[in-house]
Amino acid sequence: MNIFVCVKQVPDTETKIVPTSDGTFIETSSIKWILNPYDEYAVEQALLMQAANAGSTVTVLRVGSLKDTEALRTAMAMGADDSILIEAPDNLDSFMIAKALKGAIEKSGKKPDLILTGKQAIDDDCLQVPQILAQMLDLPSVAVVVGMSQAADSITVKREIDGGAIEIYELKLPALIACNKGINTPRYASLPGIMKAKKKPLVQHKLADVGVTDGDKRLKYSGFSLPPEKPAGKKFDASDAAKQKDVVSQVVGLLRTEAKVI
Amino acid sequence: MSKVLIFSEVSNDHPKSVTLEILGRLTGHECEVAVMNNLSGNVKTELAKFGASKIHCLKGANLDKYSPEGYAKALKELITKNNYDYVFAGATSVGKDLFPRLSSMHNSGMVSEVTNFIFEGDKFFGTRPLFAGKCYAKVEVLGPKPHFVTVRPNALGMPTSNSAKAGEAADVSVDIGAIRAIVKEVVKGTSEKLDLTEANIIVSGGRAMKEAANFKILNELADVIGATVGASRAAVDSGFAPHAMQVGQTGKTVSPSLYIACGISGAIQHLAGMRTSKVIVAINTDPEAPIFTKADYGIVGDLFQIVPLLTEEFKKLLGK
Repeated sequence: MNIFVCVKQVPDTETKIVPTSDGTFIETSSIKWILNPYDEYAVEQALLMQAANAGSTVTVLRVGSLKDTEALRTAMAMGADDSILIEAPDNLDSFMIAKALKGAIEKSGKKPDLILTGKQAIDDDCLQVPQILAQMLDLPSVAVVVGMSQAADSITVKREIDGGAIEIYELKLPALIACNKGINTPRYASLPGIMKAKKKPLVQHKLADVGVTDGDKRLKYSGFSLPPEKPAGKKFDASDAAKQKDVVSQVVGLLRTEAKVI
Repeated sequence: MSKVLIFSEVSNDHPKSVTLEILGRLTGHECEVAVMNNLSGNVKTELAKFGASKIHCLKGANLDKYSPEGYAKALKELITKNNYDYVFAGATSVGKDLFPRLSSMHNSGMVSEVTNFIFEGDKFFGTRPLFAGKCYAKVEVLGPKPHFVTVRPNALGMPTSNSAKAGEAADVSVDIGAIRAIVKEVVKGTSEKLDLTEANIIVSGGRAMKEAANFKILNELADVIGATVGASRAAVDSGFAPHAMQVGQTGKTVSPSLYIACGISGAIQHLAGMRTSKVIVAINTDPEAPIFTKADYGIVGDLFQIVPLLTEEFKKLLGK
């Protein structure tokens, strides 16, 4: 089975975001980059599927800048066989990323049986690439998947929808599955794994090599800015038990008369 | 004036409120609505009242349940026939899954989850949060039309006035062929309440909840004020609540009218997910907790004492 995992390298969740002075993106020079948290589940799921299907390979793909190869190295340290990096700016839009991934998969010469991704990247929060890529490759897709099992010639996946309800899908491979937290518990990269990852193949392409041109640009961003700071609110001390009832009744009153939300 | 199609989901015999929010914002444009399957009189009336000139009811085999391919193929047929400039939907779990595939079928661009938008003439400009709301940017769509847009529920707000249109309904039969990823079964969530992303009021618990059983006091408060219960990552990682309840950068980004944070210190990734809430109430024993910098009303105190008092006080206020 040819398994592909598409990953993204994103700023760590603790990162303080600073827009660039021209407002076209954010300052990236001092960012700590990590493998997108949801993509860890995709890598783990790929490794579980590889273990269950003898002779399978796991190839990790990423579209992004060369500044750091942390995401691909992490995925290979966890156990992926090889990786492909398509060099591009870190703020490429979803359509271009999906087209680059499609081009790279086709260029690899391997026909995908299973493509795994995270359900979303926590930088631009678009949630588009999995579905666009599936459509471009004419594959069925299920996103926000919290459970996956394999039978003889089909897979069953659980998709989380509004209110925590679950849709259970049955489908045949090839398919694209976008993973959510809960589908598995990602393994930690072992020290030997990290050492081995350094020697694993990492192929590099330019966007033009995988068929992406400027004409594929679909979104134009401007005016990156921080959200307005809220004016300081009212703070009440209710650490003393005697005051609690008063404070609570005051706050509830304000929610009705001042904030008018109840 | 642009020609716009809005895909509307229907729940409990009402169009989802995000559809009405979008319609309200598009006064002055020619707005048509697409719904799946049958249209009730009630849904038709509401859509017309908020400005739908036409309502297309898509009908055909394999459309009784949602599937990304099925819904996308059905809508593609309608869109191809009618030459829309823009196609809108709410950023719900269906909208988020369906629209990227649909936009790709048209080789078109899509903007995800805008919280605001304007038209300058016929040109759309959206505003959307990135990095879970740590920053915002303006965005426009390039390339072939139609352009696709999803809108975050509760962000635009319900229109204060509306210009009613005819809401003329017609069936459109579509042939979507075979579907490869089919829903076999839907298992309901534990809660019948609105999803966090659509909820008007949210009560959230953090690490200070100490254990899963203690969420009972949050549920009691939520029941009184019609809220949905959420949790911080610390609470989810500690096993107090399922991931479906997580608010924050690696959970759900929410913008209710009222957000009550109980025992949540306010890590940057949590604040990112809830800072657009209109009014924030925070309860925490630590007066220096970062959550207080975002709170409109902060209560320094023990949530196990404050929350039950809040429940009682709201009961009195709401006459329950």
